[in-house]
Amino acid sequence: MQASIATPDEATAIRVAVPAGGLSQDLRAVSIVWRRELIRFWRDKLRMVTSLIQPVLFLFVLGTGLSTLAKHGMPPGVNLRTFLYPGVLAMSALFTALFSAGSIVWDREFGFLREMLVAPVSRGSIVFGKCLGGTTVATLQGLIILLLAGFAGVPYRPTLILALIGELLLLSFTLTAFGVMMAARIQQFQAFMAVTQMLVMPLFFLSGALYPLGGLPTWLTVLTRIDPLTYIVGPMRSVVFNSLNMTQAARHFLSPGVTWDGWLVPVGLSLAIVAVMGAVMALIGVLEFRKSD
Amino acid sequence: MVPSVVESGVSSSSPESGRPTAISVRGLHKRYGSLEAVRGIDFEVAGGEIFGFLGPNGAGKSTTIKILCTLAQPTEGVALVAGYDVVKARELVRRNIGLVFQDTTLDTYLTAEQNLRFHAELYAVPKQLVEPRLRQVLEMVGLWERRTSLVSTYSGGMQRRLEIARGLLHAPKVLFLDEPTVGLDPQTRSSIWEYIMELKEREDITIFLTTHYMDEAENCNRIAIIDHGQIQAIDSPEALKASVGKDRVQIATTDDEAAIGALSAQFELDAGMHDGLVTFSVASGEEFVPRLFADLGVGIRSVSVARPSLDDVFMSYTGRTIRDTEATSGDSMRALRQRFRGR
Repeated sequence: MQASIATPDEATAIRVAVPAGGLSQDLRAVSIVWRRELIRFWRDKLRMVTSLIQPVLFLFVLGTGLSTLAKHGMPPGVNLRTFLYPGVLAMSALFTALFSAGSIVWDREFGFLREMLVAPVSRGSIVFGKCLGGTTVATLQGLIILLLAGFAGVPYRPTLILALIGELLLLSFTLTAFGVMMAARIQQFQAFMAVTQMLVMPLFFLSGALYPLGGLPTWLTVLTRIDPLTYIVGPMRSVVFNSLNMTQAARHFLSPGVTWDGWLVPVGLSLAIVAVMGAVMALIGVLEFRKSD
Repeated sequence: MVPSVVESGVSSSSPESGRPTAISVRGLHKRYGSLEAVRGIDFEVAGGEIFGFLGPNGAGKSTTIKILCTLAQPTEGVALVAGYDVVKARELVRRNIGLVFQDTTLDTYLTAEQNLRFHAELYAVPKQLVEPRLRQVLEMVGLWERRTSLVSTYSGGMQRRLEIARGLLHAPKVLFLDEPTVGLDPQTRSSIWEYIMELKEREDITIFLTTHYMDEAENCNRIAIIDHGQIQAIDSPEALKASVGKDRVQIATTDDEAAIGALSAQFELDAGMHDGLVTFSVASGEEFVPRLFADLGVGIRSVSVARPSLDDVFMSYTGRTIRDTEATSGDSMRALRQRFRGR
């Protein structure tokens, strides 16, 4: 009876047999969570611009303003902006990655998180998709600062750029994983922002982004070595300084690398520390989300 | 992958419809600390039924629906949805149900279409079916033309319709609607119900809903009245109203005084004046009307017989009206949030 009224394609409900689990399904979930992050990043141009303000202030205003003061400490031909550049690059990714992870808290407040948590996919694929999304958008944000390299006296050398992109990806992943881990526990967006603000500035200031790591008082040396950001800012700075022409002594003064009680931590180990921390925090995030409904 | 203890797809079937049972609940309890939200409920929902849980806020409706949707674990008892145990086969239950929550769970910064695509990917709808199915569900709720608008530009009613469309996208066997029209204006509410009824015609689906609106409960094939975590009555709205017994009869007569006297003398009925009419309650009112004409002895100008309403039913099973128990603050908070979110 109903079929006689309805047009043929309306009358037949399209049969959708949802398949039972499996890897390809988890990959689809990871991919769509990742794509959503990109869509939302792209749509929010204002956020893209505002996230640039702070790094640009540090690099050009602070970097130029303090250069008269720093002139005597700097080796000839090296600008303070060049010195600050790797740290500022890290900073640009820092805020975007944490903000992206914070969107989980936002999603929880506005209900969308529930849509994800009730779906028949593993919590792991949702957390992983979210981490990939944050990694991608934070790296994209970093790429904008990377475009400004010339203004800071950093050469546009392909190997250097590729190495920096690789380090940005690693940094962004670990930061997003950190944010996701926190977001699993925090119920309100304001609280999330407050907690991250409270942590971000100390992490940034202790990472050696704004000063060389050598010759510091013991208390500060210890604190910088505890800060995980140190282990990514160090390698970023050494890759930049290795592509600049200067004396070995000047390079050693400005970019001494991360040392543990005089032992120079190899770049590989330094990056591995960051990667392992990211993986562990992502895992904690997954476990937290498995507990919650 | 699937543990062997899982009860397989099709279990018992209900005798009347010959279709598999969609939901089967036995001895369900849920305790939160010392608070007992659900105190041992049993019921079955046949395939293709619209089944409603009617009760005031805090009666245990939401807890029950959460358990059935695998969002909460029962303290005691067993629940099967689409043939799968909600505790032992969580994933399989989730695959076979659609959910529309009280509060919106849409991403308002995405378009309607993007929201649905997100859902299709999470539920792994086969790739070649995503397009046609997306169009079908959007047309069903009348939002196809607006599919590329951001959800933040949608009204409350449109958002709810989109959520219903999304809940259907992966062709679930059971659709759960938790207070589907709460916070909406009466006109939007009735249009949502038109969509639900149309959906029932078109799709092979069982609908389980909770509500505290009487008129909404009228639309169900069967309803369970739930109060204090227990089912007080369960039947079709008609049967429930019949179980209350008496109908309300109102007559206009040539001499009301005499009519009241005669009703008392002839039929032992206690009548009074209401709305300018002689009014009384009697079992099976329609059958009583011919006797009334034959034996009253007073001229009758008009008669009306009214069945008891669900309000009367609720009253008779719980001893109070649903409005007495309703926490209106919940509704107004929700309306406020809706407004804050931007329409």
